[in-house]
Amino acid sequence: MMQRFQYDNKIVNAFLMATIIFGIVGMLVGLIAALQMIIPWMNAAEWFTFGRLRPLHTNAVIFAFVGNGIFAGVYYSLQRLLKARMFSDGLSWLHFWGWQLIIVSAAITLPLGITSGKEYAELEWPIDIAITLIWVVFGINMFGTIIKRRERHLYVAIWFYIATWVTVAMLHIVNSMAMPVSLFKGYSMYAGVQDALVQWWYGHNAVAFFLTTPYLGLMYYFMPKAANRPVYSYKLSIIHFWALIFIYIWAGPHHLLYTSLPEWTQTLGIVFSIMLIAPSWGGMLNGLLTLRGAWDRVREDPVLKFMVVAVTAYGMSTLEGPLMSTKILNSISHFTDWTIAHVHVGGLGWNGFLTFGIIYWMLPRLFGTKLYSVKLANVHFWIGTLGIVFYAIPLYFAGFTQSLMWKQFTPDGYLVYKNFLDTLLQIKYAYWLRALGGTLYLSGALVMVYNVIMTVRAGKLIVNEDAEAPALDKAEVITDGGYWHRWIERRPVQMLVVSFVLVAIGGAIEMVPTFLIKSNVPTIASVKPYTPLELHGRDMYIREGCYTCHSQMIRPFRSETVRYGEYSKAGEFVYDHPFQWGSKRTGPDLAREGGKRPDSWHYYHMYDPTSTSDGSLMPPYRAMYTNLIPLDIIPAKIRAMQNLGVPYAEGFDELAVGDLQQQAAGIAANLKENGIDADPNTEIIALIAYLQRLGTDISRDAGASTVGQVNP
Amino acid sequence: MTIIFFLIAASTTVAVIFLAAFVWAMRTGQYDDDHSPAVRILGDAPLKATITKTTSTESPLQ
Repeated sequence: MMQRFQYDNKIVNAFLMATIIFGIVGMLVGLIAALQMIIPWMNAAEWFTFGRLRPLHTNAVIFAFVGNGIFAGVYYSLQRLLKARMFSDGLSWLHFWGWQLIIVSAAITLPLGITSGKEYAELEWPIDIAITLIWVVFGINMFGTIIKRRERHLYVAIWFYIATWVTVAMLHIVNSMAMPVSLFKGYSMYAGVQDALVQWWYGHNAVAFFLTTPYLGLMYYFMPKAANRPVYSYKLSIIHFWALIFIYIWAGPHHLLYTSLPEWTQTLGIVFSIMLIAPSWGGMLNGLLTLRGAWDRVREDPVLKFMVVAVTAYGMSTLEGPLMSTKILNSISHFTDWTIAHVHVGGLGWNGFLTFGIIYWMLPRLFGTKLYSVKLANVHFWIGTLGIVFYAIPLYFAGFTQSLMWKQFTPDGYLVYKNFLDTLLQIKYAYWLRALGGTLYLSGALVMVYNVIMTVRAGKLIVNEDAEAPALDKAEVITDGGYWHRWIERRPVQMLVVSFVLVAIGGAIEMVPTFLIKSNVPTIASVKPYTPLELHGRDMYIREGCYTCHSQMIRPFRSETVRYGEYSKAGEFVYDHPFQWGSKRTGPDLAREGGKRPDSWHYYHMYDPTSTSDGSLMPPYRAMYTNLIPLDIIPAKIRAMQNLGVPYAEGFDELAVGDLQQQAAGIAANLKENGIDADPNTEIIALIAYLQRLGTDISRDAGASTVGQVNP
Repeated sequence: MTIIFFLIAASTTVAVIFLAAFVWAMRTGQYDDDHSPAVRILGDAPLKATITKTTSTESPLQ
């Protein structure tokens, strides 16, 4: 019996518009951050520095631009693939507004320096909880639609959406576990090397299951639709899906090669990374071959042009990624701009261009009209493509150049480029070209905005699109299932969704602290917890996003130990909640910064970096010289750390403020000797205390105590 | 490094969920037909369009 129903286009349109708006915002913030790296005065205010805007850029393009793009594409394709309206209009709109509210709260908190300091997971714990709730809403809505579907077969795209939902839920919950200090501050539940492993397990899989699998689902729906041809091999698409999701999740440790992470874990990550080439390229070829016999249309249709470049970029990134996961190439590429180029081939090419292609295809259909201008869409395509080229190629050169300069020795065995800054200024030209590439890409997107506005004006949104399909014969489903199938069928999937999340949260809360505390017993006896002043200084280091430009991880290469000092050991980071190893060196590594330079050097350097380092591109941090250390929150910080297993003595939280003031007075007195009249209550004192502590523990006697430290 | 066991457990849990989904897909005949689903998705033109005999294959761009 045929049933008549309506597809909800209004929600698709809402997500589509949010995609466009936040895409422009995210790209604009990226361009500003790119310029801030070459024009230091563009770091114009305390909340407007590279260290604070870079997390805003990454969060905006990943979770606001690509995130809304995923939802727009899923809400459009899921309804049509399942021949059913979304499960609940109410949940659809709760999902939409909830997600936009999360984005707005991110846009406010990140520039204010409210950050957890973990890359791509910077949002603080209350926002993390909101994300979890909205993700559950999305899940119930999606699984509810799957249950009431009128099409028995789940098209391969839907499998990709399901895998996305399940895995992102788990990753987000596990990685975001934190001990709250206040509403705006929490400490990562994990410390040091363990935090690093969890973070990059998340970080890698965020790329896998937020930027890749949902977009592969979109590719498998929208590319055949745009080409009006079935996918090259449906069988291959099924193999692509199952192979990809079983392999992807184990590759995370390739972000931590040559670090203090145990060797076997690194090797595990490498092996799985190489294996990933096979399913990735299978999917890439499947996408491109879908256009067999239709290449003449690629010449005319900008939608197909965007999609071809997107899938090609997917192929390039998924070959490059595994190659960068090999130790030999990683030793060159890690901490350099090569990584930045790599992610932007994926981000601008794969995610960006696929999104643009989908927008140009979907918009006229939602509004019952034709695209306002095919010519302008072609202009967008060419400007955007040029933008990617100008973005990526200079950064590849920059990455190679800088890495080779770091490793260059004279015949006598000395570093040729002793001054780190020389290696940065050498590649400044590439940063200008990159900014040009970004400008081109953003300009192309603005051309699209005009085209979208004109198309919307010409048409009228088909709010509810009529459709009809025969009802699904339930009886037939049940007869072919075995015990397990009936077991699944009898229970509402909503229950599964909710219980999965609850189990994940419960399991993590219950299990994690117990074995973490046990393994947090220092393996290096001389490594001691941070003093209250240092701890606060560390929180400022996190707040200012110092980790976006400075690493704290000396790899066991001669070029690094000569430049920075003894290579980093896992036992040195046991009190680091969160870890701050970083992933990029725009500035030098700071793992052994402590004691290298006098307090006064840091005092001058933070006020005006060029005063100590000629030509420095670092922003000045003048607000720290007037902002006072908020003493009232210090005891809570100590208590939170105690709850995480950091061995401060019982009752130390009450003594912490006194300890802090004593150490601050010592630093102020030291500065005074060098003719600097510094207020010991200002933030800069705390930051200096932290920087002077970095990496000094292993050179101290095991029995000695740090300044003002109450020994546990 | 005990966290690795937790991560392996979490990853394996998800893998087992996927495996169960795979078994379900195989047993309920999701993959018995690996040709027509790819073609079927192309046919869901807007209802009004099919009634008025507009060729659904035509791209609005042209």
